[in-house]
Amino acid sequence: MRRFTSLILYALLSLVIITAAQGRWVNPYILQIAMFVGINIILSTSLNLVNGYMGEFSVGHAGFMAVGAYITSVLNVWLFSSTKVFGPAVLSPSSAIYLFPVTLILGGIGAAVVGLLVAIPSFRTRGDYLAIITLAVNYIVKSSIENMQVIGGARGFMGMSGIVNAMQEVVNVPWVLIWVLTSVGVTVWLLHRFVNSTYGKGIVAIRDDEIAAEIMSVDTRRMKIVAFMLSSGLAGIAGGLFAHILGYINPGTFTIMKSTEALVMVYLGGMGSLSGAILSAVSLTLILEFFRPLQVAKWVVVPLLLILLMLFRPEGIMGHREFTDVFPALRRFFPSHGKEK
Amino acid sequence: MALLEIREMTHFFGGLRAVYNFNMKLEGGELLGLIGPNGAGKTTVFNLVCGFYRPTEGEVFFQGSRTDGLKPHEVTALGMARTFQNIRLWNSLTVFDNLCISQHHHLGYGLWDAVWRTGRYQENERRVRRTAEELLEVLGLSHYAMEYPKNLPYGFQRRVEIGRALSIRPSLLLLDEPAAGMNPAEIEELIELIRWIRKEFELTVWLIEHHMRVVMNVCEWIKVLDFGETIAEGPSEEVRKNPRVIQAYLGEEEPAYA
Repeated sequence: MRRFTSLILYALLSLVIITAAQGRWVNPYILQIAMFVGINIILSTSLNLVNGYMGEFSVGHAGFMAVGAYITSVLNVWLFSSTKVFGPAVLSPSSAIYLFPVTLILGGIGAAVVGLLVAIPSFRTRGDYLAIITLAVNYIVKSSIENMQVIGGARGFMGMSGIVNAMQEVVNVPWVLIWVLTSVGVTVWLLHRFVNSTYGKGIVAIRDDEIAAEIMSVDTRRMKIVAFMLSSGLAGIAGGLFAHILGYINPGTFTIMKSTEALVMVYLGGMGSLSGAILSAVSLTLILEFFRPLQVAKWVVVPLLLILLMLFRPEGIMGHREFTDVFPALRRFFPSHGKEK
Repeated sequence: MALLEIREMTHFFGGLRAVYNFNMKLEGGELLGLIGPNGAGKTTVFNLVCGFYRPTEGEVFFQGSRTDGLKPHEVTALGMARTFQNIRLWNSLTVFDNLCISQHHHLGYGLWDAVWRTGRYQENERRVRRTAEELLEVLGLSHYAMEYPKNLPYGFQRRVEIGRALSIRPSLLLLDEPAAGMNPAEIEELIELIRWIRKEFELTVWLIEHHMRVVMNVCEWIKVLDFGETIAEGPSEEVRKNPRVIQAYLGEEEPAYA
Protein backbone atom coordinates (compact mmCIF):
# COMPACT_ATOMS: atom_id res chain seq x y z
CA MET A 1 0.00 0.00 0.00
CA ARG A 2 2.85 2.28 0.99
CA ARG A 3 4.02 2.22 -2.62
CA PHE A 4 0.92 4.07 -3.73
CA THR A 5 0.75 6.81 -1.11
CA SER A 6 2.28 9.47 -3.35
CA LEU A 7 0.17 8.41 -6.30
CA ILE A 8 -3.08 8.55 -4.31
CA LEU A 9 -2.20 11.89 -2.72
CA TYR A 10 -1.34 13.38 -6.09
CA ALA A 11 -4.53 12.03 -7.67
CA LEU A 12 -6.57 13.55 -4.84
CA LEU A 13 -4.83 16.90 -5.14
CA SER A 14 -5.38 16.92 -8.90
CA LEU A 15 -9.03 16.04 -8.44
CA VAL A 16 -9.51 18.91 -5.98
CA ILE A 17 -7.85 21.36 -8.39
CA ILE A 18 -9.88 20.13 -11.36
CA THR A 19 -13.13 20.27 -9.39
CA ALA A 20 -12.32 23.77 -8.22
CA ALA A 21 -11.71 24.81 -11.81
CA GLN A 22 -14.79 23.05 -13.11
CA GLY A 23 -17.06 24.58 -10.50
CA ARG A 24 -15.53 28.03 -11.14
CA TRP A 25 -14.67 28.36 -7.46
CA VAL A 26 -11.38 30.00 -8.29
CA ASN A 27 -10.88 32.81 -10.74
CA PRO A 28 -9.12 32.15 -14.06
CA TYR A 29 -6.11 34.17 -12.98
CA ILE A 30 -5.33 31.82 -10.08
CA LEU A 31 -5.97 28.87 -12.35
CA GLN A 32 -3.49 30.16 -14.88
CA ILE A 33 -0.86 30.57 -12.18
CA ALA A 34 -1.53 26.99 -11.07
CA MET A 35 -0.91 25.83 -14.61
CA PHE A 36 2.32 27.83 -14.84
CA VAL A 37 3.41 26.22 -11.58
CA GLY A 38 2.90 22.86 -13.28
CA ILE A 39 4.87 23.91 -16.37
CA ASN A 40 7.68 25.18 -14.19
CA ILE A 41 7.79 21.93 -12.21
CA ILE A 42 8.29 20.02 -15.46
CA LEU A 43 10.95 22.47 -16.62
CA SER A 44 12.92 22.52 -13.39
CA THR A 45 12.81 18.77 -12.70
CA SER A 46 13.81 17.93 -16.25
CA LEU A 47 16.62 20.49 -16.27
CA ASN A 48 17.73 19.12 -12.92
CA LEU A 49 18.38 15.79 -14.60
CA VAL A 50 21.13 17.36 -16.71
CA ASN A 51 22.37 20.15 -14.44
CA GLY A 52 21.86 18.51 -11.09
CA TYR A 53 22.23 14.78 -11.54
CA MET A 54 24.59 14.69 -14.49
CA GLY A 55 26.53 17.81 -13.51
CA GLU A 56 26.53 19.46 -16.92
CA PHE A 57 25.58 23.09 -17.28
CA SER A 58 22.78 23.43 -19.79
CA VAL A 59 21.65 27.01 -20.33
CA GLY A 60 19.41 26.36 -23.32
CA HIS A 61 16.42 24.60 -21.85
CA ALA A 62 13.98 27.10 -23.38
CA GLY A 63 15.17 26.05 -26.84
CA PHE A 64 13.79 22.54 -26.34
CA MET A 65 10.65 24.02 -24.89
CA ALA A 66 10.23 26.07 -28.06
CA VAL A 67 10.61 23.00 -30.28
CA GLY A 68 7.90 21.17 -28.35
CA ALA A 69 5.63 24.21 -28.25
CA TYR A 70 5.85 24.79 -31.99
CA ILE A 71 5.55 21.15 -33.05
CA THR A 72 2.48 20.53 -30.90
CA SER A 73 0.81 23.81 -31.82
CA VAL A 74 1.46 23.55 -35.54
CA LEU A 75 0.28 19.95 -35.62
CA ASN A 76 -2.89 20.78 -33.72
CA VAL A 77 -3.75 23.83 -35.78
CA TRP A 78 -3.00 22.01 -39.04
CA LEU A 79 -5.04 18.95 -38.06
CA PHE A 80 -7.99 20.39 -36.23
CA SER A 81 -8.74 23.89 -37.47
CA SER A 82 -9.16 25.74 -40.72
CA THR A 83 -6.65 28.49 -41.30
CA LYS A 84 -5.47 30.52 -44.26
CA VAL A 85 -1.98 29.03 -44.17
CA PHE A 86 -2.76 25.36 -43.69
CA GLY A 87 -6.14 25.22 -45.39
CA PRO A 88 -9.17 23.37 -44.02
CA ALA A 89 -8.90 21.06 -41.02
CA VAL A 90 -7.48 17.66 -41.88
CA LEU A 91 -9.44 15.87 -39.18
CA SER A 92 -12.65 16.80 -37.48
CA PRO A 93 -12.01 19.36 -34.72
CA SER A 94 -13.79 17.15 -32.22
CA SER A 95 -11.13 14.46 -32.56
CA ALA A 96 -8.65 16.86 -30.92
CA ILE A 97 -9.89 15.55 -27.62
CA TYR A 98 -8.27 12.16 -28.29
CA LEU A 99 -5.31 13.29 -30.31
CA PHE A 100 -4.13 16.13 -28.08
CA PRO A 101 -1.93 13.83 -25.94
CA VAL A 102 -0.54 12.33 -29.14
CA THR A 103 0.56 15.67 -30.56
CA LEU A 104 1.88 16.62 -27.13
CA ILE A 105 4.08 13.52 -27.09
CA LEU A 106 5.14 14.14 -30.70
CA GLY A 107 6.28 17.60 -29.60
CA GLY A 108 8.26 15.95 -26.83
CA ILE A 109 9.84 13.51 -29.26
CA GLY A 110 10.78 16.36 -31.60
CA ALA A 111 12.42 18.23 -28.72
CA ALA A 112 14.25 15.06 -27.68
CA VAL A 113 15.66 14.73 -31.20
CA VAL A 114 16.88 18.34 -31.05
CA GLY A 115 18.38 17.37 -27.69
CA LEU A 116 20.78 15.19 -29.66
CA LEU A 117 22.36 18.44 -30.89
CA VAL A 118 23.66 18.82 -27.37
CA ALA A 119 24.08 15.15 -26.50
CA ILE A 120 26.47 14.37 -29.32
CA PRO A 121 28.92 17.25 -28.65
CA SER A 122 28.80 16.25 -24.97
CA PHE A 123 30.81 13.10 -25.80
CA ARG A 124 33.91 15.21 -26.26
CA THR A 125 33.17 18.44 -24.43
CA ARG A 126 31.93 19.22 -21.00
CA GLY A 127 31.61 22.00 -18.44
CA ASP A 128 31.81 25.59 -19.69
CA TYR A 129 32.33 24.55 -23.30
CA LEU A 130 29.23 22.41 -23.36
CA ALA A 131 27.31 25.27 -21.72
CA ILE A 132 28.22 27.44 -24.72
CA ILE A 133 26.96 24.72 -27.05
CA THR A 134 23.61 24.59 -25.23
CA LEU A 135 23.38 28.36 -25.51
CA ALA A 136 24.08 28.10 -29.24
CA VAL A 137 21.37 25.46 -29.64
CA ASN A 138 18.91 27.74 -27.89
CA TYR A 139 19.74 30.52 -30.38
CA ILE A 140 19.65 28.17 -33.37
CA VAL A 141 16.15 27.06 -32.43
CA LYS A 142 14.92 30.59 -31.82
CA SER A 143 16.40 32.01 -35.03
CA SER A 144 15.19 29.09 -37.12
CA ILE A 145 11.64 29.67 -35.93
CA GLU A 146 11.97 33.40 -36.52
CA ASN A 147 12.91 32.69 -40.12
CA MET A 148 10.12 30.23 -40.86
CA GLN A 149 7.42 32.45 -42.29
CA VAL A 150 4.97 29.55 -42.65
CA ILE A 151 4.59 29.31 -38.91
CA GLY A 152 4.52 33.05 -38.36
CA GLY A 153 8.22 33.80 -38.00
CA ALA A 154 8.99 36.48 -35.46
CA ARG A 155 5.33 37.50 -35.29
CA GLY A 156 4.48 34.30 -33.51
CA PHE A 157 1.91 31.59 -33.96
CA MET A 158 -1.65 31.44 -32.72
CA GLY A 159 -4.86 29.46 -33.01
CA MET A 160 -4.34 27.11 -30.09
CA SER A 161 -7.27 28.53 -28.15
CA GLY A 162 -9.50 27.28 -30.97
CA ILE A 163 -8.22 23.76 -30.32
CA VAL A 164 -8.85 24.10 -26.59
CA ASN A 165 -12.37 25.34 -27.30
CA ALA A 166 -12.96 22.46 -29.70
CA MET A 167 -11.96 20.03 -26.96
CA GLN A 168 -14.20 21.73 -24.46
CA GLU A 169 -17.13 21.65 -26.85
CA VAL A 170 -17.06 17.86 -26.82
CA VAL A 171 -16.67 17.44 -23.07
CA ASN A 172 -16.76 20.60 -21.05
CA VAL A 173 -13.93 20.15 -18.56
CA PRO A 174 -10.69 22.19 -18.24
CA TRP A 175 -8.64 20.03 -20.62
CA VAL A 176 -5.41 21.97 -20.54
CA LEU A 177 -5.37 21.90 -16.76
CA ILE A 178 -5.98 18.15 -16.78
CA TRP A 179 -3.11 17.58 -19.18
CA VAL A 180 -0.81 19.85 -17.19
CA LEU A 181 -1.55 17.89 -14.03
CA THR A 182 -1.10 14.58 -15.82
CA SER A 183 2.18 15.65 -17.39
CA VAL A 184 3.55 16.88 -14.07
CA GLY A 185 2.67 13.57 -12.47
CA VAL A 186 4.20 11.53 -15.27
CA THR A 187 7.36 13.67 -15.34
CA VAL A 188 8.03 13.44 -11.63
CA TRP A 189 7.21 9.74 -11.53
CA LEU A 190 9.43 9.00 -14.52
CA LEU A 191 12.38 11.02 -13.24
CA HIS A 192 12.02 9.64 -9.72
CA ARG A 193 12.18 6.07 -10.94
CA PHE A 194 14.99 6.82 -13.36
CA VAL A 195 17.34 8.49 -10.89
CA ASN A 196 16.64 5.91 -8.20
CA SER A 197 17.53 2.92 -10.34
CA THR A 198 21.08 1.66 -10.58
CA TYR A 199 20.75 2.32 -14.31
CA GLY A 200 19.92 5.99 -13.76
CA LYS A 201 22.54 6.45 -11.07
CA GLY A 202 25.05 5.89 -13.85
CA ILE A 203 24.59 9.57 -14.73
CA VAL A 204 25.45 10.59 -11.17
CA ALA A 205 28.63 8.54 -11.53
CA ILE A 206 29.37 10.58 -14.67
CA ARG A 207 29.00 13.78 -12.64
CA ASP A 208 31.28 12.58 -9.87
CA ASP A 209 34.02 11.18 -12.06
CA GLU A 210 33.46 10.66 -15.73
CA ILE A 211 36.74 8.82 -16.32
CA ALA A 212 36.09 6.39 -13.50
CA ALA A 213 32.54 5.90 -14.80
CA GLU A 214 33.75 5.11 -18.30
CA ILE A 215 36.44 2.72 -17.07
CA MET A 216 34.24 1.09 -14.44
CA SER A 217 31.66 -0.15 -16.93
CA VAL A 218 29.24 2.75 -17.46
CA ASP A 219 28.51 3.35 -21.14
CA THR A 220 28.87 7.11 -20.75
CA ARG A 221 27.82 7.94 -24.30
CA ARG A 222 24.59 6.04 -24.06
CA MET A 223 23.80 7.47 -20.63
CA LYS A 224 24.43 11.01 -21.89
CA ILE A 225 22.11 10.47 -24.84
CA VAL A 226 19.43 9.07 -22.52
CA ALA A 227 19.77 11.96 -20.05
CA PHE A 228 19.81 14.76 -22.63
CA MET A 229 16.97 13.31 -24.67
CA LEU A 230 14.83 12.65 -21.63
CA SER A 231 15.46 16.13 -20.29
CA SER A 232 14.81 17.95 -23.56
CA GLY A 233 11.84 15.74 -24.40
CA LEU A 234 10.13 16.65 -21.15
CA ALA A 235 10.91 20.32 -21.78
CA GLY A 236 9.22 19.89 -25.16
CA ILE A 237 6.07 18.59 -23.49
CA ALA A 238 6.15 21.54 -21.11
CA GLY A 239 6.41 23.79 -24.17
CA GLY A 240 3.40 22.18 -25.84
CA LEU A 241 1.30 22.73 -22.73
CA PHE A 242 2.60 26.28 -22.32
CA ALA A 243 1.48 27.11 -25.86
CA HIS A 244 -2.04 25.85 -25.14
CA ILE A 245 -2.35 27.79 -21.90
CA LEU A 246 -1.47 31.07 -23.57
CA GLY A 247 -3.03 30.32 -26.95
CA TYR A 248 -0.23 32.30 -28.56
CA ILE A 249 3.53 31.80 -28.78
CA ASN A 250 6.36 33.71 -30.35
CA PRO A 251 10.06 32.92 -30.58
CA GLY A 252 10.86 35.82 -28.28
CA THR A 253 9.36 33.90 -25.37
CA PHE A 254 11.96 31.16 -25.61
CA THR A 255 15.15 33.13 -25.19
CA ILE A 256 17.92 32.73 -22.66
CA MET A 257 15.75 34.64 -20.19
CA LYS A 258 13.34 31.73 -20.09
CA SER A 259 16.23 29.27 -19.79
CA THR A 260 17.62 31.30 -16.94
CA GLU A 261 14.32 31.11 -15.11
CA ALA A 262 14.51 27.31 -15.25
CA LEU A 263 18.15 27.45 -14.14
CA VAL A 264 17.29 29.62 -11.17
CA MET A 265 14.65 27.12 -10.12
CA VAL A 266 17.14 24.26 -10.26
CA TYR A 267 19.75 26.09 -8.21
CA LEU A 268 17.23 27.50 -5.77
CA GLY A 269 15.79 24.08 -5.05
CA GLY A 270 19.05 22.28 -4.87
CA MET A 271 20.94 20.34 -7.47
CA GLY A 272 20.25 16.66 -7.68
CA SER A 273 17.05 16.86 -5.65
CA LEU A 274 13.67 16.18 -7.21
CA SER A 275 11.66 17.46 -4.27
CA GLY A 276 13.87 20.56 -4.20
CA ALA A 277 13.17 21.26 -7.86
CA ILE A 278 9.43 20.93 -7.27
CA LEU A 279 9.54 23.08 -4.16
CA SER A 280 11.47 25.85 -5.89
CA ALA A 281 9.31 25.74 -9.02
CA VAL A 282 6.23 26.27 -6.87
CA SER A 283 7.74 28.93 -4.64
CA LEU A 284 9.52 30.90 -7.37
CA THR A 285 6.42 31.03 -9.57
CA LEU A 286 4.38 32.26 -6.61
CA ILE A 287 7.05 34.77 -5.54
CA LEU A 288 7.22 36.19 -9.05
CA GLU A 289 3.45 36.60 -9.09
CA PHE A 290 3.45 38.03 -5.61
CA PHE A 291 5.99 40.68 -6.62
CA ARG A 292 4.06 41.61 -9.76
CA PRO A 293 2.90 44.94 -8.24
CA LEU A 294 6.56 45.92 -7.95
CA GLN A 295 6.71 45.84 -11.77
CA VAL A 296 10.24 46.37 -13.03
CA ALA A 297 11.61 46.41 -9.49
CA LYS A 298 10.68 42.73 -9.39
CA TRP A 299 13.77 42.03 -11.46
CA VAL A 300 15.85 43.69 -8.79
CA VAL A 301 14.25 41.96 -5.83
CA VAL A 302 14.25 38.44 -7.21
CA PRO A 303 17.91 38.40 -8.31
CA LEU A 304 18.73 39.88 -4.92
CA LEU A 305 17.07 36.88 -3.30
CA LEU A 306 19.30 34.72 -5.44
CA ILE A 307 22.44 36.52 -4.32
CA LEU A 308 21.43 36.02 -0.71
CA LEU A 309 20.72 32.37 -1.38
CA MET A 310 24.11 31.82 -3.00
CA LEU A 311 25.82 33.57 -0.08
CA PHE A 312 24.09 31.75 2.73
CA ARG A 313 23.01 28.47 1.21
CA PRO A 314 24.92 27.84 -2.01
CA GLU A 315 23.75 24.22 -2.25
CA GLY A 316 20.12 25.34 -2.64
CA ILE A 317 17.18 24.71 -0.36
CA MET A 318 17.45 20.93 -0.46
CA GLY A 319 20.94 20.38 -1.87
CA HIS A 320 21.31 16.74 -3.01
CA ARG A 321 18.71 15.63 -0.46
CA GLU A 322 15.08 14.68 -0.80
CA PHE A 323 12.20 15.42 1.54
CA THR A 324 12.47 11.95 2.99
CA ASP A 325 16.10 12.66 3.96
CA VAL A 326 15.19 15.86 5.74
CA PHE A 327 12.16 14.39 7.47
CA PRO A 328 12.94 10.71 7.95
CA ALA A 329 9.56 10.23 9.65
CA LEU A 330 7.97 10.61 6.20
CA ARG A 331 9.53 7.31 5.17
CA ARG A 332 6.75 5.55 7.00
CA PHE A 333 4.42 6.81 4.30
CA PHE A 334 6.68 7.22 1.30
CA PRO A 335 9.20 4.52 0.52
CA SER A 336 12.50 6.10 -0.46
CA HIS A 337 13.78 3.60 -2.88
CA GLY A 338 17.50 3.02 -2.84
CA LYS A 339 18.18 4.70 0.48
CA GLU A 340 17.49 1.56 2.43
CA LYS A 341 19.41 -1.58 1.87
CA MET B 1 44.53 -19.05 -24.95
CA ALA B 2 46.37 -16.47 -22.95
CA LEU B 3 44.33 -14.27 -20.65
CA LEU B 4 46.12 -11.14 -21.72
CA GLU B 5 48.61 -10.72 -24.48
CA ILE B 6 50.31 -7.49 -25.40
CA ARG B 7 52.37 -7.38 -28.58
CA GLU B 8 54.89 -4.65 -29.29
CA MET B 9 52.75 -1.93 -27.79
CA THR B 10 54.12 1.57 -28.32
CA HIS B 11 52.52 4.84 -27.38
CA PHE B 12 53.42 8.43 -28.13
CA PHE B 13 52.07 11.58 -26.49
CA GLY B 14 52.87 14.02 -29.28
CA GLY B 15 56.61 13.68 -29.61
CA LEU B 16 57.08 11.98 -26.25
CA ARG B 17 57.57 8.26 -26.34
CA ALA B 18 55.73 7.09 -23.24
CA VAL B 19 55.76 3.36 -23.84
CA TYR B 20 58.04 1.54 -26.25
CA ASN B 21 57.80 -2.01 -27.51
CA PHE B 22 55.95 -3.44 -24.53
CA ASN B 23 55.39 -7.19 -24.70
CA MET B 24 53.63 -9.35 -22.20
CA LYS B 25 51.70 -12.55 -21.86
CA LEU B 26 49.59 -13.56 -18.88
CA GLU B 27 48.27 -17.11 -18.86
CA GLY B 28 45.96 -16.56 -15.90
CA GLY B 29 46.51 -16.93 -12.18
CA GLU B 30 49.74 -14.94 -11.98
CA LEU B 31 50.56 -12.16 -9.57
CA LEU B 32 52.60 -9.74 -11.56
CA GLY B 33 54.28 -6.52 -10.54
CA LEU B 34 55.12 -3.56 -12.72
CA ILE B 35 57.69 -1.23 -11.21
CA GLY B 36 59.84 1.63 -12.36
CA PRO B 37 60.90 5.16 -11.41
CA ASN B 38 58.44 8.05 -11.58
CA GLY B 39 57.38 8.85 -15.11
CA ALA B 40 58.48 5.49 -16.44
CA GLY B 41 55.11 4.95 -18.13
CA LYS B 42 53.57 2.42 -15.75
CA THR B 43 50.16 4.05 -15.45
CA THR B 44 50.20 4.71 -19.19
CA VAL B 45 50.55 0.96 -19.72
CA PHE B 46 47.45 0.42 -17.56
CA ASN B 47 45.56 3.12 -19.41
CA LEU B 48 46.47 1.51 -22.72
CA VAL B 49 45.47 -1.96 -21.58
CA CYS B 50 42.11 -0.88 -20.15
CA GLY B 51 41.23 1.04 -23.31
CA PHE B 52 41.47 4.58 -22.00
CA TYR B 53 44.21 5.33 -24.55
CA ARG B 54 44.56 3.65 -27.88
CA PRO B 55 48.13 2.48 -28.50
CA THR B 56 49.96 4.20 -31.34
CA GLU B 57 51.30 0.83 -32.42
CA GLY B 58 50.94 -2.75 -31.33
CA GLU B 59 48.12 -5.03 -30.33
CA VAL B 60 46.35 -5.98 -27.12
CA PHE B 61 44.40 -9.22 -26.77
CA PHE B 62 42.23 -9.95 -23.76
CA GLN B 63 40.33 -13.21 -23.36
CA GLY B 64 41.22 -14.02 -26.94
CA SER B 65 39.69 -10.92 -28.51
CA ARG B 66 41.50 -7.84 -29.66
CA THR B 67 40.79 -4.97 -27.31
CA ASP B 68 42.91 -2.04 -28.48
CA GLY B 69 40.44 0.39 -30.04
CA LEU B 70 37.55 -0.73 -27.86
CA LYS B 71 36.02 1.74 -25.42
CA PRO B 72 36.98 1.30 -21.76
CA HIS B 73 33.54 0.07 -20.70
CA GLU B 74 33.63 -2.55 -23.43
CA VAL B 75 36.98 -3.83 -22.19
CA THR B 76 35.62 -3.84 -18.64
CA ALA B 77 32.64 -5.89 -19.77
CA LEU B 78 35.09 -8.59 -20.92
CA GLY B 79 36.27 -8.92 -17.33
CA MET B 80 39.05 -6.43 -16.67
CA ALA B 81 38.77 -4.17 -13.65
CA ARG B 82 41.16 -1.63 -12.22
CA THR B 83 41.75 0.78 -9.39
CA PHE B 84 43.33 4.19 -9.69
CA GLN B 85 46.48 5.76 -8.33
CA ASN B 86 44.56 8.69 -6.89
CA ILE B 87 41.35 7.13 -5.59
CA ARG B 88 38.49 7.77 -8.00
CA LEU B 89 35.37 6.76 -6.16
CA TRP B 90 32.02 8.44 -6.82
CA ASN B 91 31.89 10.61 -3.76
CA SER B 92 28.30 11.79 -3.80
CA LEU B 93 27.05 8.20 -3.95
CA THR B 94 27.12 5.81 -1.04
CA VAL B 95 29.67 3.02 -0.81
CA PHE B 96 26.84 0.63 -1.56
CA ASP B 97 25.82 2.52 -4.70
CA ASN B 98 29.44 2.65 -5.80
CA LEU B 99 29.51 -1.13 -5.85
CA CYS B 100 26.14 -1.30 -7.65
CA ILE B 101 26.85 1.16 -10.42
CA SER B 102 30.08 -0.59 -11.35
CA GLN B 103 27.90 -3.50 -12.44
CA HIS B 104 26.33 -1.27 -15.09
CA HIS B 105 27.64 -3.42 -17.95
CA HIS B 106 25.58 -6.42 -16.89
CA LEU B 107 22.56 -4.67 -15.45
CA GLY B 108 20.38 -6.44 -18.00
CA TYR B 109 17.67 -3.80 -18.14
CA GLY B 110 17.14 -0.36 -19.65
CA LEU B 111 15.21 2.86 -19.26
CA TRP B 112 11.88 1.22 -19.97
CA ASP B 113 12.31 -1.41 -17.26
CA ALA B 114 13.59 1.16 -14.79
CA VAL B 115 10.55 3.37 -15.28
CA TRP B 116 7.97 0.61 -15.13
CA ARG B 117 9.84 -1.45 -12.53
CA THR B 118 9.25 -4.56 -14.60
CA GLY B 119 10.01 -8.07 -13.44
CA ARG B 120 13.31 -7.85 -15.24
CA TYR B 121 14.18 -4.68 -13.33
CA GLN B 122 13.28 -6.20 -9.94
CA GLU B 123 15.18 -9.37 -10.62
CA ASN B 124 18.35 -7.71 -11.87
CA GLU B 125 18.31 -4.97 -9.26
CA ARG B 126 18.08 -7.65 -6.57
CA ARG B 127 21.01 -9.51 -8.08
CA VAL B 128 23.14 -6.35 -8.31
CA ARG B 129 22.32 -5.43 -4.73
CA ARG B 130 23.09 -8.90 -3.48
CA THR B 131 26.48 -8.89 -5.19
CA ALA B 132 27.31 -5.53 -3.63
CA GLU B 133 26.16 -6.65 -0.18
CA GLU B 134 28.17 -9.85 -0.33
CA LEU B 135 31.30 -8.04 -1.41
CA LEU B 136 30.96 -5.45 1.33
CA GLU B 137 30.49 -8.27 3.78
CA VAL B 138 33.62 -10.20 2.82
CA LEU B 139 35.70 -7.02 2.66
CA GLY B 140 34.53 -6.03 6.14
CA LEU B 141 32.84 -2.87 4.84
CA SER B 142 29.18 -3.62 5.63
CA HIS B 143 29.34 -1.10 8.40
CA TYR B 144 30.15 1.66 5.87
CA ALA B 145 27.60 0.66 3.22
CA MET B 146 25.52 3.83 3.60
CA GLU B 147 28.48 6.16 4.13
CA TYR B 148 29.91 8.44 1.47
CA PRO B 149 33.38 7.33 0.40
CA LYS B 150 34.97 10.71 1.12
CA ASN B 151 34.09 10.31 4.83
CA LEU B 152 36.00 7.06 5.13
CA PRO B 153 39.58 6.66 6.33
CA TYR B 154 42.07 6.45 3.50
CA GLY B 155 42.79 2.74 3.87
CA PHE B 156 39.09 1.99 3.69
CA GLN B 157 38.66 4.11 0.60
CA ARG B 158 41.28 1.93 -1.10
CA ARG B 159 39.40 -1.11 0.09
CA VAL B 160 36.13 0.24 -1.33
CA GLU B 161 37.85 0.86 -4.63
CA ILE B 162 39.10 -2.72 -4.70
CA GLY B 163 35.56 -3.83 -3.82
CA ARG B 164 34.18 -1.77 -6.68
CA ALA B 165 36.66 -3.41 -9.04
CA LEU B 166 35.68 -6.86 -7.76
CA SER B 167 31.98 -6.16 -8.29
CA ILE B 168 32.72 -6.20 -12.01
CA ARG B 169 33.55 -9.90 -11.52
CA PRO B 170 36.84 -9.54 -13.30
CA SER B 171 39.26 -12.22 -14.35
CA LEU B 172 42.08 -9.68 -14.41
CA LEU B 173 42.50 -7.05 -11.73
CA LEU B 174 44.79 -4.09 -12.31
CA LEU B 175 45.88 -2.27 -9.16
CA ASP B 176 47.56 1.09 -9.65
CA GLU B 177 49.71 1.79 -6.59
CA PRO B 178 47.31 0.30 -4.07
CA ALA B 179 49.64 1.13 -1.15
CA ALA B 180 50.15 4.80 -2.02
CA GLY B 181 49.65 6.99 1.03
CA MET B 182 49.15 4.09 3.44
CA ASN B 183 50.80 3.67 6.81
CA PRO B 184 52.80 0.50 7.61
CA ALA B 185 49.89 -1.18 9.41
CA GLU B 186 47.55 -0.50 6.49
CA ILE B 187 50.18 -1.85 4.10
CA GLU B 188 50.36 -5.13 6.03
CA GLU B 189 46.59 -5.43 5.79
CA LEU B 190 46.70 -4.64 2.09
CA ILE B 191 49.26 -7.38 1.43
CA GLU B 192 47.00 -9.86 3.19
CA LEU B 193 44.00 -8.57 1.27
CA ILE B 194 45.61 -8.87 -2.15
CA ARG B 195 46.75 -12.42 -1.47
CA TRP B 196 43.35 -13.33 -0.14
CA ILE B 197 41.25 -11.87 -2.96
CA ARG B 198 43.47 -13.51 -5.52
CA LYS B 199 42.81 -16.91 -3.96
CA GLU B 200 39.17 -16.29 -3.12
CA PHE B 201 38.13 -14.84 -6.49
CA GLU B 202 40.62 -16.83 -8.58
CA LEU B 203 42.00 -13.72 -10.14
CA THR B 204 45.02 -12.69 -12.04
CA VAL B 205 46.44 -9.61 -10.38
CA TRP B 206 48.71 -7.11 -12.03
CA LEU B 207 49.91 -4.28 -9.84
CA ILE B 208 51.96 -1.13 -10.06
CA GLU B 209 53.74 -0.33 -6.85
CA HIS B 210 56.50 1.76 -5.37
CA HIS B 211 56.63 0.16 -1.96
CA MET B 212 59.26 -2.54 -2.31
CA ARG B 213 57.75 -4.26 0.69
CA VAL B 214 54.50 -4.85 -1.17
CA VAL B 215 56.16 -5.77 -4.42
CA MET B 216 58.62 -8.25 -2.91
CA ASN B 217 56.01 -9.82 -0.64
CA VAL B 218 53.20 -10.11 -3.11
CA CYS B 219 54.50 -10.43 -6.64
CA GLU B 220 55.89 -13.59 -8.12
CA TRP B 221 57.10 -12.01 -11.29
CA ILE B 222 58.25 -8.45 -11.83
CA LYS B 223 58.61 -6.29 -14.88
CA VAL B 224 60.67 -3.09 -14.67
CA LEU B 225 60.02 -0.06 -16.86
CA ASP B 226 62.25 2.93 -17.38
CA PHE B 227 61.49 5.69 -19.89
CA GLY B 228 58.81 3.46 -21.39
CA GLU B 229 61.14 0.57 -22.07
CA THR B 230 61.27 -2.76 -20.31
CA ILE B 231 64.70 -2.93 -18.73
CA ALA B 232 64.32 -6.09 -16.68
CA GLU B 233 61.92 -8.93 -16.07
CA GLY B 234 61.96 -11.99 -13.89
CA PRO B 235 61.25 -13.46 -10.47
CA SER B 236 61.26 -10.92 -7.63
CA GLU B 237 64.60 -11.90 -6.09
CA GLU B 238 66.41 -11.83 -9.40
CA VAL B 239 65.09 -8.46 -10.41
CA ARG B 240 66.05 -6.91 -7.11
CA LYS B 241 69.70 -7.70 -7.75
CA ASN B 242 69.69 -6.66 -11.40
CA PRO B 243 72.25 -3.86 -11.87
CA ARG B 244 70.15 -2.06 -14.50
CA VAL B 245 67.25 -1.86 -12.09
CA ILE B 246 69.43 -0.51 -9.30
CA GLN B 247 70.83 2.02 -11.72
CA ALA B 248 67.37 3.14 -12.87
CA TYR B 249 66.18 3.58 -9.32
CA LEU B 250 69.30 5.05 -7.71
CA GLY B 251 70.82 6.81 -10.68
CA GLU B 252 74.19 6.48 -12.27
CA GLU B 253 77.36 7.40 -10.51
CA GLU B 254 78.50 10.50 -12.30
CA PRO B 255 82.14 11.00 -13.03
CA ALA B 256 83.62 13.84 -11.03
CA TYR B 257 84.77 16.78 -13.10
CA ALA B 258 87.49 19.00 -11.98
